[in-house]
Amino acid sequence: MSTLKWLVVTATGVLLVAGCEQKKRDAGGGSAGASGSAGSAAASTGGATPGVTATEIKIGQTIPYSGPASAYAVIGKADVAYFKRVNAKGGINGRKVTLISLDDGYSPPKAVELTRQLVENDGVAFIFNSLGTANNSATQRYLNDKKIPQLFVATGADKWGNPSKFPWTMGWQPSYRQEAKIYARYLLKEKPAAKICILYQNDDFGKDYLAGLKEGFGDQYDKLVTKTESYETSDPTVDSQIISLHDAGCDTFINAATPKFAASAIRKIGDIGWKPLHLMSNVSASVTAVIKPAGPDKAIGIITGAYIKDASDPAVANDPDLADYRAWIKEYAPELDPSDTNAVYGYGVSMTLAKVLTQCGNDLSRENIMKQAANLTHFAIPVAPPGIEINTSPTDYWPFSQMRLARFTGEHFELFGDVINAD
Amino acid sequence: MTMQTLLHQLLSGFAMGAIYASVALALVMIFKATHQVNFAQGELAVCSTYVAASLITAGVPYWIAFALTVVISFVAGVVIERAVMRQFRHASVLTQVIVFVGFLILFNSLTGWVFGTMTRPFPSPFADNAWYGSRYLSPHEIGLIGVTLVVLAIVFVFFRYTRLGLTMRAAAENPASSRLVGIRVGWMLALGWGLASTLGAVAGVMAAPRLFLEPNMMSGVLLYGFAAALLGGIDNPWGAPIGGFIVGVLENVAGAYLVGSQLKLPLALFVIILVLVLRPSGLFGRTVVVRV
Amino acid sequence: MKLAAPAAIVIAVILPFVVSGYHTFQLAQVLAYAIAILGLNLLTGFSGQISLGNGAFYALGAYSAVIAINNLHLPYGVAPVVAAAVCFVLGYLFGKPAARLEGLYLALATFALAVVTPQLLKLDRLEPWTGGRGGVQIDKPVSPFPSVLDDDRWLYMYCLIVAIVMFALAWNVIRGRTGRALIALRDHPIGAGAMGIDIAEYKAVTFGISAMYTGVAGALGALIAGFISPDSFSILVSIQLLVGGVVGGIASIFGTLFGAVFIEFVPNLANQLSDNAPGVVFGVLLILCMRVMPGGLAGLVASARARRAHRGT
Repeated sequence: MSTLKWLVVTATGVLLVAGCEQKKRDAGGGSAGASGSAGSAAASTGGATPGVTATEIKIGQTIPYSGPASAYAVIGKADVAYFKRVNAKGGINGRKVTLISLDDGYSPPKAVELTRQLVENDGVAFIFNSLGTANNSATQRYLNDKKIPQLFVATGADKWGNPSKFPWTMGWQPSYRQEAKIYARYLLKEKPAAKICILYQNDDFGKDYLAGLKEGFGDQYDKLVTKTESYETSDPTVDSQIISLHDAGCDTFINAATPKFAASAIRKIGDIGWKPLHLMSNVSASVTAVIKPAGPDKAIGIITGAYIKDASDPAVANDPDLADYRAWIKEYAPELDPSDTNAVYGYGVSMTLAKVLTQCGNDLSRENIMKQAANLTHFAIPVAPPGIEINTSPTDYWPFSQMRLARFTGEHFELFGDVINAD
Repeated sequence: MTMQTLLHQLLSGFAMGAIYASVALALVMIFKATHQVNFAQGELAVCSTYVAASLITAGVPYWIAFALTVVISFVAGVVIERAVMRQFRHASVLTQVIVFVGFLILFNSLTGWVFGTMTRPFPSPFADNAWYGSRYLSPHEIGLIGVTLVVLAIVFVFFRYTRLGLTMRAAAENPASSRLVGIRVGWMLALGWGLASTLGAVAGVMAAPRLFLEPNMMSGVLLYGFAAALLGGIDNPWGAPIGGFIVGVLENVAGAYLVGSQLKLPLALFVIILVLVLRPSGLFGRTVVVRV
Repeated sequence: MKLAAPAAIVIAVILPFVVSGYHTFQLAQVLAYAIAILGLNLLTGFSGQISLGNGAFYALGAYSAVIAINNLHLPYGVAPVVAAAVCFVLGYLFGKPAARLEGLYLALATFALAVVTPQLLKLDRLEPWTGGRGGVQIDKPVSPFPSVLDDDRWLYMYCLIVAIVMFALAWNVIRGRTGRALIALRDHPIGAGAMGIDIAEYKAVTFGISAMYTGVAGALGALIAGFISPDSFSILVSIQLLVGGVVGGIASIFGTLFGAVFIEFVPNLANQLSDNAPGVVFGVLLILCMRVMPGGLAGLVASARARRAHRGT
């Protein structure tokens, strides 16, 4: 009989699942049924854009809510919460924005499947802020073939800003390569005789970083860069790499690592009494998630490039520009930690999309959405440091191509120098 | 490449090995008590560590929080066995493996949901500038090695000399005969789970200041913990931790001197598979003789 | 029972004309998973070896297929054959020493293999072939009969033909001399040895065959996704395949189809049920499933049939 009992439990579970699915579909609006196979044909024949009705714009994304990159789930949650507020305030030009955010577990094949689901089954107008270099690479060709905007992908790989080859794909954050070039130029100017050691993650991110440094240093690269070490994301720490780099006798250290490993590096460098000039990727420039775990005293003097503010920085606690951010997170995403850089990121990127959709007015064809995304001028979001603006054009698919350098003082990152253009 | 650097790499690997050893020890504990390999061990340890972190954040002094975490983890382990694993006592090994996989996915997702996914600091009980620290090993690393060795000794004595430890081994080896001599086999299994989850908690709490607390903290470590247990013999409470120390040192030396960081994990695993092929039950494992 | 296979084929041929292009795409993925799970089944179900590392061969199959198409300019029809050959050889070579390992030790050694594979795929020296860390694109097969079959349906039919061949092959292997030797090996290894079965050799060959099946599935998976990268083949792929095998019922050929459906669709269900913690839902569903049907779906069906037969007498 106990098998029967368990069967009942499972059946109840499945019914529950089905019920929820139904609910979700209802919330998604009524256009889903017809738009399934209509797809891109409708857009090209001048008919209504899939997912767009008089009262709604339906968009989709894939985010790793589970699996090894689940720390980035916060970005998806922040995106959804941002548009919740937009909708509560009446939407954009009278239309509510429905963002369907699905879990791809950081797997490229799954991202392909879910992106097709969003486009063909849910009938979304476009894809917004899907996360991961590999995952976006996997869907890029499909979306471009179908002429569906792949807007503001959540990765800093170098390849997104390529309008001649992929006119339907656009990045958002500064590319890792541009950022690395900024550091190279800074070093060439400030410390031309540096002995440089580099730690990088053995994936797209680290590789783009190295490429940017090579480009920035030019023929000086071989002379200046004494040693490089890589790590895998399966490594528990980077202690061994740091010991090897220290042994090479470098006076300058470039830290192209993701948060956990950047923290590991900072701590180990402090522990062994190494005192290099330390430049760290902005990916890891978070006081809460990196500096505090590593030990703030070990991080004094670290230089990074900033394009969005670090909300965990006590110095910006009373920044009036962040007041709106804080109010939003308190009301619409109370489960998120306001000091999480990923939440700031989600807020900023969603605000950029809201701007694009506002600019679109009533012409929500996919062509016009892409055209407006490539038509942002001097758009400043409050979560960016003073002087940093978003600019795009039909030939410039890099919304952010400016940064400001900042130095860690022991409490927060303090901006110094002028706004630097990456290209 | 100086002698000092080599020494530094060896010691650093040894400290990392202490973490692998403590995870391997938890794996051994559950294996000896239930003859199962717990793939969810790492995720359970992370859960325990979050409990400790929450207590410490709430203002509970470190060692009291530590003790509370140990108790909570023990109870949680017993509850998991009594409530869920018991259902699978007579299931095939494969079914049990899948149940562990289910736990792994469940707990990984649960910690992210309940505690958030952002990396958090976790305090060390060993003062940052203690006299026993040096350039080669930080005070926490020395403390960590010490704690691991103490736990190792306790587990060894437990299985070798205490009545309870012997009873547990008997219950796992031969449940039918154990029942005949009056051992409550069911409770012994639950006890094994409780103790394993306690060891996991200690491993997590000791590792967290070095690895930083986030839901995937132990995923890399668990892999090396498995390697360690394989190398030393998963039924051997002192062999497996020694395997941990060997893996830690091997990893560093291979990465720094032999094949570079990109290939250190493949090399370490290759060596382990080689050892296994030559000695299928691990360096210190017991060879099982099967009778037809 | 005799009609089950033809009926299944007829349904499988009709299905893509009933459902949308997207669902056809999903079904093609199900077929690829089914072949991979079948490979695992041959290993675990019929020779008793547990592998947590078949994802490695899924990756190798995918990469050999892509290299065959992109670098060697072979037609995509040949790609699964290349994948099969490469994976059989590598599987056999890995199986040769690994066959000496017992139960859990083998499980963990294969686990290690699956963890290491993505790292090897990233190696700089292999980059001209593998595309390195960034991965490689492949052109999706274009339908030669666009008026009857669009590209999605064409790819599905292609996968279906490969699947039918692979299933028929497995059926014959299991029913034949080799299959009986394998089952003897699983149930009475020492007795089988005494009967003159070369245990190590058989185990290694089984490993090779299992790898071959998984490799063919990987080749199809690559064609379906149109893109592969080291990130596509994390340890989760191996775990997924094992879950599919056990949920469907190990040692059951038709159970593999159910297992494939399970790993393709249940994560999506979990996703829809919970935005915050889909893993919690999936984990609970998985454990419940194992409680309800510890022998997988095939086991459940078998025991139901046995009960009915019992009641009948």
